[in-house]
Amino acid sequence: MATNNGHGNNGDGRGPKTKGAGARPEDLKVVGKPFRKVDARSKCVGATKFADDISLPRMLYCKILRSHVPHALIKAIDYSKALALPGVHAVITGKDLPIPYGILPVSQDETALCVDKVRFIGDPVAAVAAIDEDTAFDAMNLIEVEYEPLPAVATIEEAVETSEPRIHDYGDYNNVHKTVHLEFGDMDEGFREADVVREDVFFYEGNTHLPMEQHAAVGHYDADGKVTLWSSTQTPHYVHRALAKTLEMPAAHVRVIATPNGGGFGGKSDPFNHEIVVCELSRRTKRPVKVTLTREEVFYCHRGRHPVLMKSRIGVKKDGSITALDFQSFLDGGAYGSYGVASTFYTGALQTVTYEVPRYRFRGLRAFTNKPPCGPKRGHGTPQPRFGLEVQLDKVAEELNLDPAEMRLKHLVKPNTVTANYLRVGSMGLGACIEKVVEGSDWKNKFRKLPEGRGFGLACSSYICGAGLPIYWNSMPHSGVQLRLDRQGGVCVQCGSTDIGQGSDSVLAYVVAEILGIDPFDIRVVTADTDLTPVDLGSYSSRVTLMTGNAAIQAAERARELLAKAVAEKLSVPVDNLSFAERRVFDVENPEVGVSFPEAVVLAESKYGTIGTVGSYVPPRSPGRFKGAGVGPSPAYSYSAAVAEVEVDADTGYVNVPRVWVAHDIGKSINPMLVMGQVEGSIYMGLGEALMEEMVYRENRNVVHKFPSLLEYKSPTTLEMCDVFTYLVEDADPNGPFGAKEVGQGPLLPVMPAIANAVYDAVGVRIDEVPITPEKVLAALRAKRQGKDARYGPTRTPSPAWPDPLKVPTPAEGGDGKEMPRVAVHS
Amino acid sequence: MTNRQKAHLQFTLNGEETEVAFAPHKTLLEVLREDLNLTGTKHGCELGECGTCAVLVDGRSVLSCLMLGLDTEGRRVETVEGMADEGGLHPLQETFADTGAAQCGYCTPGFLLVAKELLAQNAKPSRKEIKEALSGNLCRCTGYVKIYEAVELAAARMRGEEAELPRESVYGYE
Repeated sequence: MATNNGHGNNGDGRGPKTKGAGARPEDLKVVGKPFRKVDARSKCVGATKFADDISLPRMLYCKILRSHVPHALIKAIDYSKALALPGVHAVITGKDLPIPYGILPVSQDETALCVDKVRFIGDPVAAVAAIDEDTAFDAMNLIEVEYEPLPAVATIEEAVETSEPRIHDYGDYNNVHKTVHLEFGDMDEGFREADVVREDVFFYEGNTHLPMEQHAAVGHYDADGKVTLWSSTQTPHYVHRALAKTLEMPAAHVRVIATPNGGGFGGKSDPFNHEIVVCELSRRTKRPVKVTLTREEVFYCHRGRHPVLMKSRIGVKKDGSITALDFQSFLDGGAYGSYGVASTFYTGALQTVTYEVPRYRFRGLRAFTNKPPCGPKRGHGTPQPRFGLEVQLDKVAEELNLDPAEMRLKHLVKPNTVTANYLRVGSMGLGACIEKVVEGSDWKNKFRKLPEGRGFGLACSSYICGAGLPIYWNSMPHSGVQLRLDRQGGVCVQCGSTDIGQGSDSVLAYVVAEILGIDPFDIRVVTADTDLTPVDLGSYSSRVTLMTGNAAIQAAERARELLAKAVAEKLSVPVDNLSFAERRVFDVENPEVGVSFPEAVVLAESKYGTIGTVGSYVPPRSPGRFKGAGVGPSPAYSYSAAVAEVEVDADTGYVNVPRVWVAHDIGKSINPMLVMGQVEGSIYMGLGEALMEEMVYRENRNVVHKFPSLLEYKSPTTLEMCDVFTYLVEDADPNGPFGAKEVGQGPLLPVMPAIANAVYDAVGVRIDEVPITPEKVLAALRAKRQGKDARYGPTRTPSPAWPDPLKVPTPAEGGDGKEMPRVAVHS
Repeated sequence: MTNRQKAHLQFTLNGEETEVAFAPHKTLLEVLREDLNLTGTKHGCELGECGTCAVLVDGRSVLSCLMLGLDTEGRRVETVEGMADEGGLHPLQETFADTGAAQCGYCTPGFLLVAKELLAQNAKPSRKEIKEALSGNLCRCTGYVKIYEAVELAAARMRGEEAELPRESVYGYE
């Protein structure tokens, strides 16, 4: 079909250069304009079909029996009574789906149903398919499981110390899943150069995504032997791979369709047990099978923010410049690997891309515990260290008697440089961001100048625009786009990306419309269907706008070239003279000479045959060559700065946040209104994490979720949400489509530390952990009154056995990105 | 397997006389979604905690997950599917779509109906009144800001005013 079918020119490992980035802003007709989303009206009339809205003829309903014990061997399962219940069509257990899977190749540690042991309360044990949900529920309760309890591991410290039992039979040692030790540059020299050295300990409690839509999936194994899964997933490509593996079917016989996600935030990024289970139940019953998780089950699915204990040792000169940073993080991973190895590296990756850090050391440890598995939540592994670093810098500024905003401004990472840990920073708009929020909030007249009980705090952050490397190693594109042009002028964009509400379907339409000179609403967008769309790796790591955007630009430019050649020939006009705008292709020097867009397609199809083009995107190669260099590199980094205003009630400890000023370096807004929505949503979610959201466990050695409900898991309502004053900084990045960078995750990051810093400004106590609850504020105020350390937070971290450091000389030391050879030690 | 006989219900659904037979223990949410195939009404908890399943019964917002289908006998029920008519979208639907107040769109139907109830009672609500009216509905995407703006814009247009979003709501502050 395609007449121009070239793939991304990735011979040098770099993606295609995007011409779109060179377009003059005044020429843009679609990009930068606040169009409504292409699917917005369907969502507002209730027509959008989410996974649980799908109903197929003869469909059965699935319920999953979950473990009510945190850690145990499964001795026996008797489901004869369940199977005998009228209306029940199948019951399966772990033995029926024994092949392990997991999102990361190094952590294939889950099975669809537990085979011989359960690892947390909520772990799936057996599944039922029945004619309706009630029957499935009754049958589920008739399944008898005999457990042999094992001691549960509840905390990071216990995991480090407990050699038996082990939750998994792999990992570094005891119940430690993974340890990392990286050292960039001469740390001793760095701390010697410092005028002040501080060491602070922080804790960031775990929290969860809480999408309004519970996960749901429908599996259908058809009479021709192929299986289709509709699922509320952010990553249909990885689900596709996991289904082929666990069902032992050729991938070509498996189709995954990601339905529009009713909120994701990272919580629908893993392949899930229930997705595999409904496909297997359908294969056995020859009927479609649906599962919809209850809200309680969504809490057990989790994959949310890791609880992280941190110790940060920082050396600074009197002017606030950092001479060395030595950071340790301890992650409570819960019961499975999930994205955890990547999460661990992310807690140590992006500390270096905001302010100059000439020497840097990172030690990270992820523990297995008998709790719901943690994974990626908005900001994946970076909000925790960012909280620690930004609060620590606030303490540094106070110690040095410097304004925290000015101190940061003086030591920003310079654009187009490589950091000590080999991250290549391109565009860098953080300075402008800080200036915007400082001016907008009247910072200079507020910070340290407000009456007791009111305070201002500032913090900054950065986030990746997609990961530089794929989850499973390969040299193929990270994103593919296919365009089909219809002879009547229709344009269909096909891409594997998944719209989780962020507007990725719309971004595809806007980009293609811009280049072909048509209206975005003329375009049909087909996404997230492994049978119909080229692979896009998924909606995670803020990769979609940058990667699919670039792929869409390439596909659209190839189509435009075909149309232009055909029209040029017809009109006898040089190709370079042709412009595409307002659904026409015309001579720029003589605009009345031209053809309509559908006529242009007819001319091109007559000349070349059916018109279809593809585009693809591969991120640029990272300069890091050491083991562990795979996490952190990105085609571009977004930047954010925020000022929070707080009111602290000294009697109740209650913290109110009336206002947040936030500036975000977006590179270039593909659609400013959608960018604003992402910023506001990020501030909201950050506010929740700062003040109230937490996964809390109780009893049974502290492993039973305390409140798996929307009522008791506190999240901000309209009454808690603050006013948001947003500034968009457009510092176009050469790697972004039209210069665009990410916005879905970055603006969340500065909120928590800005609020913690503002609480200190208001009442003079340091709350070195989130959420900043009234109890913690009161405890710190009490300590202050008693003349003790006016602080609430952890005081110590475990002292585990760390591996020998992998030493990498920094670029400034003449390093080439490779680690130094390790000296072999013989005992 | 449940063997109970089906119940029979007559009510006015989105302006149309409707009859439906369903298992008598079903909630209004289940009757709408499962027996009438109106899947525009969503659910987030089915415990009355999130506001996602809100519909209007006799013009008042109720959580359809907490109301039995049987309790709507003879009453007037309105769901998101009934908001638009031949003349087009309801002004709230239009402004929610145009301003980005619907991101993932899952909580949107509930917000639309509660906002409709509010505007029926108060044609010019203050921001504070909007916040109070919508405080029983959770949204995880928007931070509520664009929702407030969409309600204000729709209210202004329903009053016959020509209104647009303020520039800073679309492009940020200068």
